[in-house]
Amino acid sequence: MSSVALAGNVLSTAALRARSEDRTAWLLALPAIVLLFLFVLLPVIAVIFLGFTDFELGYGKFRIVGFENYAHLITDRTFRKSLWNTTLYTAMVAPVSIALGLGVALLIEGELRARAFFRTVYFLPVASLIVAMATVWQYIFHPTIGPLNALLSLVGIPGPNWLGASNTVLYSLSIIGVWQSVGFNMVLFLAGLTAIPRELYAAAEVDGAKSALDRFFLVTWPMLGPTTLFVVTISITNAVKVFETVKMLTDGGPNKASEVLLFTIYQEGFVYMRVGYASAMTVVFLAILVVLMFLQYRVLDRRVHYT
Amino acid sequence: MTGIHAGRIVRFALLSLGALLILAPYIFMISTAGKTQSDIFTAALSLIPQHVYFAENFAKALDKVPMATLLWNGVAVCGLIFFFQVAVAIPCAYAMAKLKFRAARAMMVLVMLGLLVPIHATALPLYVAFDKLSLLNSYVALVAPFTISVFAIFMFLQFFRAMPDDLIHAARLDGMSELGIVARVIVPNAWPAVTAFAIFSVVAHWNDLYWPLIVISKQAYATPPLGLMYFRAAEAGDDYGALMAATLIITLPLVVAFLLAQKRFVEGITMTGLKG
Repeated sequence: MSSVALAGNVLSTAALRARSEDRTAWLLALPAIVLLFLFVLLPVIAVIFLGFTDFELGYGKFRIVGFENYAHLITDRTFRKSLWNTTLYTAMVAPVSIALGLGVALLIEGELRARAFFRTVYFLPVASLIVAMATVWQYIFHPTIGPLNALLSLVGIPGPNWLGASNTVLYSLSIIGVWQSVGFNMVLFLAGLTAIPRELYAAAEVDGAKSALDRFFLVTWPMLGPTTLFVVTISITNAVKVFETVKMLTDGGPNKASEVLLFTIYQEGFVYMRVGYASAMTVVFLAILVVLMFLQYRVLDRRVHYT
Repeated sequence: MTGIHAGRIVRFALLSLGALLILAPYIFMISTAGKTQSDIFTAALSLIPQHVYFAENFAKALDKVPMATLLWNGVAVCGLIFFFQVAVAIPCAYAMAKLKFRAARAMMVLVMLGLLVPIHATALPLYVAFDKLSLLNSYVALVAPFTISVFAIFMFLQFFRAMPDDLIHAARLDGMSELGIVARVIVPNAWPAVTAFAIFSVVAHWNDLYWPLIVISKQAYATPPLGLMYFRAAEAGDDYGALMAATLIITLPLVVAFLLAQKRFVEGITMTGLKG
């Protein structure tokens, strides 16, 4: 056997190996690919398509109506109210739960003895069934027999009808939202804090950052950049997705004062069965998520690049 | 010196106050679950029930809510979802991370796109499809859409990339098939990632109301959140004693699991959270 033939042989076995490895890879990934098409890609394409139709569940036929659904959305008072409420809710819940999450994380970080206890307590709502805890909050917020208003009347303040009045309902839902997500944000911030090398603090002190506040702005805050960005994105997305508390406690009421995006979609699509119209709303919802993700990448590219 | 000491006290006081606010709903839940109707109406602020009524409230809750069914459904649905997610994601992530896979790039794009799409966005067409196939009110409807978790693929991919190649080469020299390598080398070594993902997945699906609400209308297939909603709708009135008892029973399993394995919980959420 000549050396040339041998070299050719080695080459072809290598190529064969690569080919068989590629085939194995395809086989291993196949279930994931099939399910991904079936449950993610196809439905997304379908929802975009349905958004251009007047499809209603229960009717066999449907027509393509172009942008009619979207034109209708712009003037739909319920939808506009819903978008606005979702924005307000997010504008309240996200910043407050991020600030409190960071505050608690900083306090716990310095705590030595009771650290594990406090971490457990603040994290408890994350592990609790939110639907169940919403019911407890409903009792706490109850205008006549609820403990919150009982407490307020002790100091002579007439308590509002928290979940029952259109001017307070969003605030009440926001309180529940903050209560639910502070612990989650805290845990993420704690992870970010422990990743900061101790020497940086020593170095900052040598450089004249004497007070804790100085050290915070010189070391902690900039080093927490990536964590903060992540917490901000996830907090906003979670707030935009608020549904459980609204469905359980207010059904969008009173007077649509707590109508939020996912609740409106649910109502249109699954209660009134106007699938086409609800699909158009879903496309708007998806667009919001895409924009949020895009903003996160932009900021990530620009600002928090030092690792 | 005194400054440091005072700082420590202030910190402890702040943390305690916050903890009290976080715990308040739990305290009221337990206290109200033990009160009579008249106690609830007259003494909202006294935490210790005047007539201990725990047994009666729990009996009422257990009588009206098919608790065993709900918990069983919750466990079955979460268990099935988790099993399929891991069984589908691990081989795929392994192929993308460790094999010469020409479609790895395209897969990565799909995964990143998938990360953007929550069930709320796909629910409408999926509902229509399940309706056409007469699959509403079934475990299939509850489980199927979640059998693929792009998040799991993403997470395991990160984890596998950090695994040494030598481990796999050695297994190959021993004559193991690729599937054998996944089952006997990769999975045992991926255990931290698997538990972290388990916690993330179970918390998410145990709590989910949106999808079960859409595809289930029969008590027999209700998951815990849905069952609690039915109970509330049926009781409607202000029987908060029984309602709080039901709430307590339904919240307990996950909270106990969390208290028993809280270190893993926090690790799991941090790991999955930070990489999400």
